Amino acid sequence: MAPPSSRRSGHSRRAQYGQFTGYVLASIGALVGALLLGISLFSPRAFSGLRSTATETVMPVGQGAAVVRSEGRSWIESVAGYLRAGSQNDALKKEVELARIRLAEAEALKQENARLKSLLQIDDSDMEPVVVSRVVGSTATSARRFAYLGVGSRHGVRPGMPVRSPRGFIGRILEVSPNTARVLLFTDTESVVPVRRVKDDVVAFAEGRGDGMISVRLINLGINPLKVGDIFVTSGAGGFFRPGVAVAIATELTDDGAVARIISDPAATDFVSVEPIFQPSTVKAARVPPDVPLGESTVIE
Amino acid sequence: MFAPRHKRRFRLARRDAYGSRINREPSPILLALVPWGSVMLAAIIPFIIIATAVPLVPPLALLFLLGWRLVRPGVIPVWAGLPLGLWNDLFSGQPFGCSVLLFSLTLLAIEIVESRFPWRDFRQDWWTAALALTANIILGAIFSGAKVDLVLIAGLGPQVLLSVLAFPIVARMVADLDKLRLLRVRVVD
Repeated sequence: MAPPSSRRSGHSRRAQYGQFTGYVLASIGALVGALLLGISLFSPRAFSGLRSTATETVMPVGQGAAVVRSEGRSWIESVAGYLRAGSQNDALKKEVELARIRLAEAEALKQENARLKSLLQIDDSDMEPVVVSRVVGSTATSARRFAYLGVGSRHGVRPGMPVRSPRGFIGRILEVSPNTARVLLFTDTESVVPVRRVKDDVVAFAEGRGDGMISVRLINLGINPLKVGDIFVTSGAGGFFRPGVAVAIATELTDDGAVARIISDPAATDFVSVEPIFQPSTVKAARVPPDVPLGESTVIE
Repeated sequence: MFAPRHKRRFRLARRDAYGSRINREPSPILLALVPWGSVMLAAIIPFIIIATAVPLVPPLALLFLLGWRLVRPGVIPVWAGLPLGLWNDLFSGQPFGCSVLLFSLTLLAIEIVESRFPWRDFRQDWWTAALALTANIILGAIFSGAKVDLVLIAGLGPQVLLSVLAFPIVARMVADLDKLRLLRVRVVD
């Protein structure tokens, strides 16, 4: 197909100027884009207000879509269940899978308890969630991994709070608006979570790789003690995540750790609960500049 | 049940695929709303449709923008990257300004391609779209503020493939939307 004749401006001054103005505007657009991009890479929170207004607006649609999504998926799952030896099989498998994770977590908890009891009396029984919500949206096209919740600061959600599904943690709150919250998922490349192996005290960092997997980097380098199938739980270091909740399962060993699959895939998540920050004082302390002495009276903005 | 030939011809003269030819004109609202609206809607759909651990859903706003630009040149102006990019950035999760820059550069690049190859067919449009989509997705990942390494780029493979395969479908959808856009619904007295 040939371009429309309006492209060939010929001798018409008006058409020539119109076309030229178009190019100038497009170039200005590109420059503005580069400028905005520079600003938002330099300070990621620069345009959060605009963004949260937009997500607030589409949130109701997202809520509806989330219901349809989970209903649709459960329908497909039950049909699939009949195709494989009955839907019971499907339910049982899911239960066993959950039980296995629970078992691993329980093992971790037992050990955690023993260790803490020997140190000091810290009461870290199961935390009361701040609020329970659906995942209403996500950045399914971008290389960054964010999810959006249908609850926000009005419901007590604050940046930094961990978000978990029944299977395990999926990420933590990054930004809040009155009715929505943006979650940084574990698979994002900017996400780093301190973890430890369930069986013992092998500590590591779980970093997102950007391709849906997590890379587990051991803190103590040496002979790699990890094995395929090892389950990693949060260690509680850093103060954001409470210890002993499942995060990832190792699928492939590397020189300095392992490549792990996330245990709680956000695509298979209906409801998530937002939990309070495990140790707010630790998180606050981490924000104090290194040259300021830390104490009870340290003022933290 | 066929009308006599002269009557059929008469009917065609009065009506075509866009409606009655007498006393009716395309609505100016539809003319503007359908192309711009479809791109804006396409920016929101991936946001609500699914939560994935990997970037997987094709960048629909870009697909529709390319569709309109390549299937119906002249409907979306060359400067559309600024407003549509701003809109897309609200929902894409990319740093603000990323789509503004990439959409504007894409439209300018297509303008250059078009002046170089004025006569083209669908296969060449598909190539153009495939190149634009690949460049946009990879540059988008680089500008996203994520740590860029081979693993991240390799993880984009499925998304690039899906986007390229989706282009013919989007092109057909744009063609259908164009019929809607040109419907003669306004009554002229």
